[in-house]
Amino acid sequence: MSFPWAKNYEPQQPLMKWLDEKLPLPRLVYNAVGAGYPVPRNLNYFWNFGVLAGAALAIQIITGIVLAMHYAANAGVAFNSVEHIMRDVNAGWFIRYAHMNGASMFFIVVYLHIFRGLYYGSYKAPREMVWLLGVVIFLLMMATAFMGYVLPWGQMSFWGAQVITGFFSAIPMVGEPIRQWLLGGFAPDNAALNRFFSLHYLLPFVIAGVIILHIWALHIPGSSNPTGIEVKDEQDTVPFHPYYTAKDGFGLGVFLFVFAALTFFTPNLLGHADNYIAANPLSTPAHIVPEWYFWPFYAILRAFTFNFLWIDAKLWGVIAMFAAIALLFFLPWLDSSPVKSSTYRPLNRIFFWILVVDVLILGYCGKSPAEQPYVILSQLGSIYYFAHFLIILPIISRIERPLPMPNSITEAVLAKHADDKSAATA
Amino acid sequence: MASESEHSAVVEDGVRRRDFINIAAVSFAGVGAVAVVLPLVNQMNPSADVLALSSTEIDISAIGTGQAIKTSWRKQPVFVRNLTADEIKAAKAVPLGELRDPQTIDERTKPGKENWLITLGVCTHLGCVPLGAAEGENRGDFGGYFCPCHGSHYDTAARIRKGPAPTNLVVPPYEFTSDTVVTIG
Amino acid sequence: MVRPLGFLVGLGFIAALVLAILTTPLKNEPNAAHEIHKHPRHLALTSDGLFPHWDKAQLQRGMQVYKEVCSACHSLNLVAFRNIADFGYSEGQVKSFAKSYDTIPSINPDTGEPATRTGLPSDHFPSPYPNEVAARAANNNALPPDLSLITKAREGGKDYVYSLLTGYQNPPKDLPKELQPGTGLHYNPYFANLNLAMAKPLNDGQVTFADGSKNDVEHMARDVTAFLVWTAEPNLVKRVWTGWAVLLFIAMFTTLTYLSYRNIWADKKH
Repeated sequence: MSFPWAKNYEPQQPLMKWLDEKLPLPRLVYNAVGAGYPVPRNLNYFWNFGVLAGAALAIQIITGIVLAMHYAANAGVAFNSVEHIMRDVNAGWFIRYAHMNGASMFFIVVYLHIFRGLYYGSYKAPREMVWLLGVVIFLLMMATAFMGYVLPWGQMSFWGAQVITGFFSAIPMVGEPIRQWLLGGFAPDNAALNRFFSLHYLLPFVIAGVIILHIWALHIPGSSNPTGIEVKDEQDTVPFHPYYTAKDGFGLGVFLFVFAALTFFTPNLLGHADNYIAANPLSTPAHIVPEWYFWPFYAILRAFTFNFLWIDAKLWGVIAMFAAIALLFFLPWLDSSPVKSSTYRPLNRIFFWILVVDVLILGYCGKSPAEQPYVILSQLGSIYYFAHFLIILPIISRIERPLPMPNSITEAVLAKHADDKSAATA
Repeated sequence: MASESEHSAVVEDGVRRRDFINIAAVSFAGVGAVAVVLPLVNQMNPSADVLALSSTEIDISAIGTGQAIKTSWRKQPVFVRNLTADEIKAAKAVPLGELRDPQTIDERTKPGKENWLITLGVCTHLGCVPLGAAEGENRGDFGGYFCPCHGSHYDTAARIRKGPAPTNLVVPPYEFTSDTVVTIG
Repeated sequence: MVRPLGFLVGLGFIAALVLAILTTPLKNEPNAAHEIHKHPRHLALTSDGLFPHWDKAQLQRGMQVYKEVCSACHSLNLVAFRNIADFGYSEGQVKSFAKSYDTIPSINPDTGEPATRTGLPSDHFPSPYPNEVAARAANNNALPPDLSLITKAREGGKDYVYSLLTGYQNPPKDLPKELQPGTGLHYNPYFANLNLAMAKPLNDGQVTFADGSKNDVEHMARDVTAFLVWTAEPNLVKRVWTGWAVLLFIAMFTTLTYLSYRNIWADKKH
């Protein structure tokens, strides 16, 4: 909105004119996602995932509200009320499976969104606030997803709640009282289930609020782009509508296709068999595993097996797991390179891909039982994870020599097309 | 001339084709949205287990002449009254023309079982439960049921006689599976 | 400030992890049960895959196996009698099937004492035991799980259930002593720790099918597993075919949006 050439909203119909005077909502939409928002012309498909994350949140809120009409948050009947939805409620199986897999789709999209930001340096000035708000959204999503997973009150729900609240008991002195306060008891039961339900219903709306801030903060400098070069003049941009609404429409189609394939053909692929067993406080599943989107962090948690200094292994694990996310808050200042896009950062590009592989390995270890070779792999993986952000990134951002960069987005685009042409004629 | 008009037709056609694709894509989105709304609305209809509770068996052997019981069917109160001969006579004596919702007592009971008056205990005005089924309750001016919410009076055949209710108490579908058992629904 | 501090914090985590690596043994504890434990055998059913349908005759047979064998110990809490209309029973047949159960818990209307009555279509399959304590007491302290969701609630799903039912055998001669079945336990290599409390439930010829189908252990196990796939998700077939309609629609939508996207961008280099 800070672009001198951003088109001004000029209402055509009398009704819009009237509305714009009283409540400039049409103007807001026009300048936020309409023809009045100039966006770099060279965004690639990785720039679709922000809109898709918003779509995923909308799907979760809508299906969630509907499920809440049938779900009963009581430890005695929660499990059966979910099965009631699956069996007896009209289209209940569809809505429940959509909500279940919608959570996975949300995380898939958000992880791609985050790694896009990492590769193209979207977290760098002047977009630090966009990044910080994004990390807040990510944390809120994790909390929401965890509490949602408790609601069906299956074995994994129960033991997940037990383990996650157990993290807090690692805190010296006040740990156990905090855990009891969180649970409203000594183990997960009715009190915990009810508050998790309440918060699981509340937090998505908080997320929606932070998303508005996230987008607001984005609209101050405008979108980043694959070259990382800031927009210089109007020819570097196209209006959001119709150019990116059309592209996002196509992205939405692909997203829905994958989502529907998961929901209708393999709805339980990303779940756990144990969660179809009603919660039993007296019997622990052989192998407690969180949902897939927590696997890398779960691997980091379990990698710490040694009481080092005055901190015991359990507390190390908990601190490291939270630190693994918290360090993202400092990323804009850990990476001091003035060049944003890894396209022009040969060293950073290599380490970025190592990080991707590292997180995938951590994910696989988090899923696997706590035995060798997964233990040592998760330990090595965790070493790289922390080293990447806290040691490697600060160093390479000083020593790296960036590749020559084009002067503007338009120049980059034209150069690419010239390349294509010469390649075609050759 | 000919070639020029041909040329402009192509352009016009091209424009139309391009618009058509955009309109088609948006229309598809609209149709898809409606298709998704259907299950989201339909989920609020009674679920399969609620519909399955649609029939209830009632044992009427313990209801003496002149007595009534209150039971429930589809989570709604049901009145089963064993009418006395006087009550049947009183109901038959009313000329149909005087009734707001004209129905004879024969239409409201089963042949040969006209002492058994089975109705929903839901006032047709705004859905309160009328009094009169239990011993000692106010049975209204016409000796049937009386709704305390807005003062509707029903007669011995549970027909509306006075007050705001528009129609008689509803007779649910039922049948006698034996002399002492009624299946409602 | 951020970078030096971050550097120190990073070194701290790395030191803790390096020490953890040095102190963690690289060899796993040997687990003999793990080695002998077998992966389930695959069972092909008509409800599998992308073009499923229910084999109604098989579901009927499977329900008969459940009723005559499994239901002695295992409940089927989530399934109502009305649900069996799914595999071809008429309303009357459902009613009389429900009526054949006379152990539905109820309350004597005169005394308030617990009583039983005959089933209605809206009733669920009754549990063989009034509560968990009774179930454990009758089964050597092992709780027979509810079977409604069993094919979704076990790793390996239907294959596991089928393999377990057909996998009972004498323990191999060379089985280590600590893996030998104890009293009241039965050897089955498809069970995670090899010995389970449930005795071999199916024996050849145990159930006689009205349609004259084979009634050896293999076939009864297939039928009852097919039935339990249905009990776990009665909407499975409907789900997949709905999925095809939805995917087809989305594919068309996506194609149109792609064309529309190309169209709108046709005059813009990007």
